[in-house]
Amino acid sequence: MTVLLETHGLSKNFGGLKAVSDVNFRVEKGEVRAVIGPNGAGKTTFVSLISGRIAPSAGTILFEGADVTALPAFRRVQKGIAYTFQITSIYANLSVAENVALAAHRPGGTASLEPLERVGLADRASQVAGTLAYGHQRLLEVAMGLALKPKLLILDEPTQGLSDAEIDNFIGLVRGVAQDATVLLIEHNMPLVMELAHRITVLDRGAILAEGTPEDIRANPAVQAAYLGTG
Amino acid sequence: MAFFPHLLLAILEGTVAAAVLALSALGLSLVFGVMRVVNVAHGEFFMLGAMLAWWVAKMVPGGPAIGFIAALIVAPLVVGALAFVTERLLLRRINYDPEATIVATIGLMFVIQQLALSVFGADAKAVSAPFAYRIALPWFGFSGYKLFVVVASIVILLAVWWVLAKTKWGLVMRVTQFDRETATAFGIPVNQVYSAVFVAGAALVAVAAVLIVPIQQAHYLMGLDPLLMSFIVVIIGGLGSIKGSVIAAVIIGLADGIISMFFSPTLASIIATLAVALVLVFRPQGLFGVPVR
Amino acid sequence: MTARIVMLHGAVILALFLLQFVASDYAVLTITRIMVLAIYALGYNILFGYAGLLSLGHAMFFATGLYAAALGVTRLGMAVPEAFLFALACGVIVSFVIGLIALRANGVAFMIVTLMFSQAAFLTVLYFGDITRGDEGIVIKDSERAFSAFGTAVNLADPVLRYNIALAFLAVAIALCLVVVRSKIGHVLVAIRENENRTAMLGYDVKLYKLIAFVLSGAFAAFSGAVYALLFAYAGATLASIQYSINPLLWTLLGGAATVLGPVLGTALMFLLVDFASGFTSASLLFVGMVLILLVLFFPKGILGTLRQRWWRWLP
Repeated sequence: MTVLLETHGLSKNFGGLKAVSDVNFRVEKGEVRAVIGPNGAGKTTFVSLISGRIAPSAGTILFEGADVTALPAFRRVQKGIAYTFQITSIYANLSVAENVALAAHRPGGTASLEPLERVGLADRASQVAGTLAYGHQRLLEVAMGLALKPKLLILDEPTQGLSDAEIDNFIGLVRGVAQDATVLLIEHNMPLVMELAHRITVLDRGAILAEGTPEDIRANPAVQAAYLGTG
Repeated sequence: MAFFPHLLLAILEGTVAAAVLALSALGLSLVFGVMRVVNVAHGEFFMLGAMLAWWVAKMVPGGPAIGFIAALIVAPLVVGALAFVTERLLLRRINYDPEATIVATIGLMFVIQQLALSVFGADAKAVSAPFAYRIALPWFGFSGYKLFVVVASIVILLAVWWVLAKTKWGLVMRVTQFDRETATAFGIPVNQVYSAVFVAGAALVAVAAVLIVPIQQAHYLMGLDPLLMSFIVVIIGGLGSIKGSVIAAVIIGLADGIISMFFSPTLASIIATLAVALVLVFRPQGLFGVPVR
Repeated sequence: MTARIVMLHGAVILALFLLQFVASDYAVLTITRIMVLAIYALGYNILFGYAGLLSLGHAMFFATGLYAAALGVTRLGMAVPEAFLFALACGVIVSFVIGLIALRANGVAFMIVTLMFSQAAFLTVLYFGDITRGDEGIVIKDSERAFSAFGTAVNLADPVLRYNIALAFLAVAIALCLVVVRSKIGHVLVAIRENENRTAMLGYDVKLYKLIAFVLSGAFAAFSGAVYALLFAYAGATLASIQYSINPLLWTLLGGAATVLGPVLGTALMFLLVDFASGFTSASLLFVGMVLILLVLFFPKGILGTLRQRWWRWLP
């Protein structure tokens, strides 16, 4: 197994608040890694640091062994780190096909509809994206992530607001994605995380509380205390 | 004239300029602060105030002092009424969208300007000061009315500050400024607050115009300068911060007075406009403002 | 590019070509001005319509081209073709530098930054009144703009020749716009307008694309300014004023932002309206103001934008 992503001493302060503090983190190539933690644990800040949407206060980020800490977000995307937004962020006034074409860097041209087929939206390619149902907009968001052909796909709370049926569909989708990309999944939905993730990292108050297989995490008393309750 | 009296004159003129700036920018700052929209027609409200001061002075018998007092009542009422209509029929209908508001108020700027041209004509109109006392200094005489404008500005600025900081009205405005939705949740009638703030901003600039017009002259194109200067003051001071605007007005007024006296007024304006552009780019919260959320 | 699009734009240019045979002398002059200024609006539309960046300061680029060309032929001893290239180069350089700075601001701040830079440029024109002759302006002598091309002497004072030169430039400008907006750049600019964050997170260098749009629009503006100076033999400070920053915005809004032909149509209609209004009032700008307000309230997409939304989905 080779290491895809590493962080060393990664920290982010907002004023006096330590949103992320001294996180040493590594993801192996090909795994599905979940990052969980209570509200305000710093999950979204953490992935924002990795994707380059915000700059760290301290620490370094290595991707495929190269230091990407100083790279702007768009360069990291070009290197293969894709980020799907927690709050759906699509081009609401453009067609579904154009949304995916932009992601594939072939705007206005004839991009492959394969990402749309994978999420099951191929028959809606010519629809205006903003008129899609909410669940379909989430899927489009994922399709755009796929169209980038990323090495690392960061899914920030992808199932938020989806129905149970949609979530089942989504599990199959992520399994498919994981065959050729590494997935970093930020999730609240515990059954989903337990089912999908190879390994789980638990963040609490900006620091790593625990890390391990789903079984390890389920059995970890510190995690139970901080997050899962007595479950 | 020797260097020192020259400098003194520059500082005096600069202080007057600072007072004029702070006074004309106050309304814009208030409106931006609470409503987060930029009213490009602000300068035309000023022009209209000045024109009304001239018109009232001509219509009211009994000398400049009576006319001045009458204008202080009429101008803010008329300009405020116009602002009320603008807010209802224009800004509210475009839902205070920042960019659409700028385009719409540019349109309004032309409309007011051209109507003033049609009604009042293209010639500049002098308005006499309510009193003509000159302060005799050893080197030169200085208009007593100009110093009166400085004092009046300070009084008006303090009054506005008091309303904002110490009264229930001020609290309502600050809550609305903080967050429109929170304000609604607290039962504040946001639409009425916006309406009132927009009208108050216009009335303030009309009062400023009545005070200032005896120093300048009324002309249908006079609105552009106070508009640009207000932008400059409000931006350098920090958008929506009245304290910052006042500090900025003093700095710019003095710098303007001194550069104009020793070099050229055009050069002073070039420096001021470039300063604004650079402040906005590199310190968007203004020199004295704090970053917005 | 589909045949339909080529035919529509070709037809517009052909119609303008044929118009000179039926138009009065006065109309020929007016249409020449419209065509020259439409180039300015076309470039403005790349920035405003497609990239969604509302500049209130493009008069500085128009004036850059205007004065570069006028000073080029009157003071620097350039021939007319050199002056065009010189003006274009100045426009590219000035808009590149201003763009680097101004594009650090967003939204309303960007509007005010561009307004302020433009006002500083306008004041600079007045400040160097010895060279620019301020409000009075530079009048270019016919001898200074005489040159020969392909062995024949060209007289830019000839109204028919002027008309056709303006038309040729306009045709090139329209073609360039079509190419740009249908290229990858055009589509990415639309993406930035629609959702800037998203576009950056798809791996596009948003700053670079915005700068490209800014420089393109600056270059169009400067070129239009240069054509204006050389065809009408005049460069004055009024053409650098705020009014001339607002004009392309107005024309683009009226004709339809983010449509290629919108700015051309908007420029023409606004000229006709002002021309018509000046017949009975000196306050013709009153109509400009009213049109702006009505557009914002009722037709934010402009004429062609509304047509495209309703019927002509294919319109570029």
